[in-house]
Amino acid sequence: MTTATLSPRAAARPAKGYGPRSVTRMEWNKLRTVRSTWYLTAIFAVGMISIAMLGMSHVAWGQMSGSGKASFDPTNDLLAGLALGQLLLGILGVLAISSEFSSGLIRATFAAVPNRPLVLAAKAAVLGALTLTAGEILSFAAFFAGQALLKAPAPHAALGQPGVLRALLMGGAYPALIALIGLGLGTLIRHTAGAICAMVGVVFVLPLLTVPMGASVADAVQKFLPMEMAENTLTAVKPVAHQLSPGIAFGLLCCYALAVLVTGGWALARRDA
Amino acid sequence: MIEARGLVKHYRHVPAVENLSFDVRPGTVTGFLGPNGAGKSTTMRMIVGLDRPDAGDVRIDGRHFAELRWPLREVGAMLEAKAFHPGRTARAHLTALAASNAIPPQRVGEVLAITGMEKAADRRAGKFSLGMAQRLGIAAALLGDPRVLILDEPVNGLDPEGIRWIRNLLRDLAAQGRTVLVSSHLISEIAQTADRLIVIGQGRLLAQTTVAELSARSTSLEEAFFQLTDGATDYTARSM
Repeated sequence: MTTATLSPRAAARPAKGYGPRSVTRMEWNKLRTVRSTWYLTAIFAVGMISIAMLGMSHVAWGQMSGSGKASFDPTNDLLAGLALGQLLLGILGVLAISSEFSSGLIRATFAAVPNRPLVLAAKAAVLGALTLTAGEILSFAAFFAGQALLKAPAPHAALGQPGVLRALLMGGAYPALIALIGLGLGTLIRHTAGAICAMVGVVFVLPLLTVPMGASVADAVQKFLPMEMAENTLTAVKPVAHQLSPGIAFGLLCCYALAVLVTGGWALARRDA
Repeated sequence: MIEARGLVKHYRHVPAVENLSFDVRPGTVTGFLGPNGAGKSTTMRMIVGLDRPDAGDVRIDGRHFAELRWPLREVGAMLEAKAFHPGRTARAHLTALAASNAIPPQRVGEVLAITGMEKAADRRAGKFSLGMAQRLGIAAALLGDPRVLILDEPVNGLDPEGIRWIRNLLRDLAAQGRTVLVSSHLISEIAQTADRLIVIGQGRLLAQTTVAELSARSTSLEEAFFQLTDGATDYTARSM
């Protein structure tokens, strides 16, 4: 044992140096080898499908009022599990970097890849890919599983109806965007607890704070907040009053995620690790 | 070869490193010595680009760390014992780091063997003793078979057998022509491994010398070290 087993330095190596490909491979390795990734994804899966099934099994069409029947939007109701999903995937996003700061791994990472914005971009890519895949699969899974329990004569939604496919696709993408916002907050704040608080504050608490300011303020502000956008715009097939259009809301959410990540990357490059 | 020139680093107006210049040469183990809080870790962090110097410059074989194409293949660093996610296995930790610099996966098995970590490879690293954590950190530093090694207090937590092992390892690595910089606050420990010494106190260079030259300065090596670092600590203890 000792250095006799060190491999010769002559080993061929590509000349170019590390880059997006190799760094992305590192980040994918990291993401898939911690249990929290799969626990959070599994709870997300169970939550999305069971909440959809539970909600649909409780629809009593015969006892619903006229206005209730008119506003009944099964697609929107089937995606109610996103309220839980955004929390879980937001935490996953925070942990993807805050766990590196808390353990000290971040210093090993940056000693291997000094280009810090590239590390963050690679994290965003693998986190985004995993959470988008999970979100889309579960959005459709919740749609079909829940509707199987919805009893006639309650109207069913179909993929061919206007807005339904769009609602499922945007609903599936929404928790991935929250995961990316979580990653950006984790990069800025570095502490797991602090970053999760910030993420919960933005997603869950901010909408509540607008309520005491009166309906006019709430109507004007809430449509710009992520959770309201998800509930009343992205996943809504029947339009809700005082809301942005789904396309604008989705674009805005993408801008939020990008803005937090760019700010995080900038801070990461400037601050000592 | 590591060349530090006029390094300065302050943390919120508290000076950590003040105008520090030194060379670390290849082919020999260089001990980086100083009392606690002398600025050893800060300096090592600046060498690998984790902390940005307020002034001055440090180069590795003539280049800044950020310019290295394959950092892990050129510089292996262990800056703290537990720089890993506690839930990840030793093998997964090393595999991820290796991937970042396109190091072939079989190299992970090699460094696990070199550090005697084969049996523990598939255990979660959070359960490791300090000694095993150090071995994992050394395994990570060796991943890229680098020409330059920078190890911060690698002996901490190792048992006598482990200490002897790392001494031999560091000497062998230096004998192969590599540059090896090892920090310690224990002169007696480092004297058994290193030939050259860089001694700092309160962030300033106190001596750049050899073990032989330093021990010739006084009745013993330890005495010479205390004379050198006397007054260069941030703390004093009274006798009881």
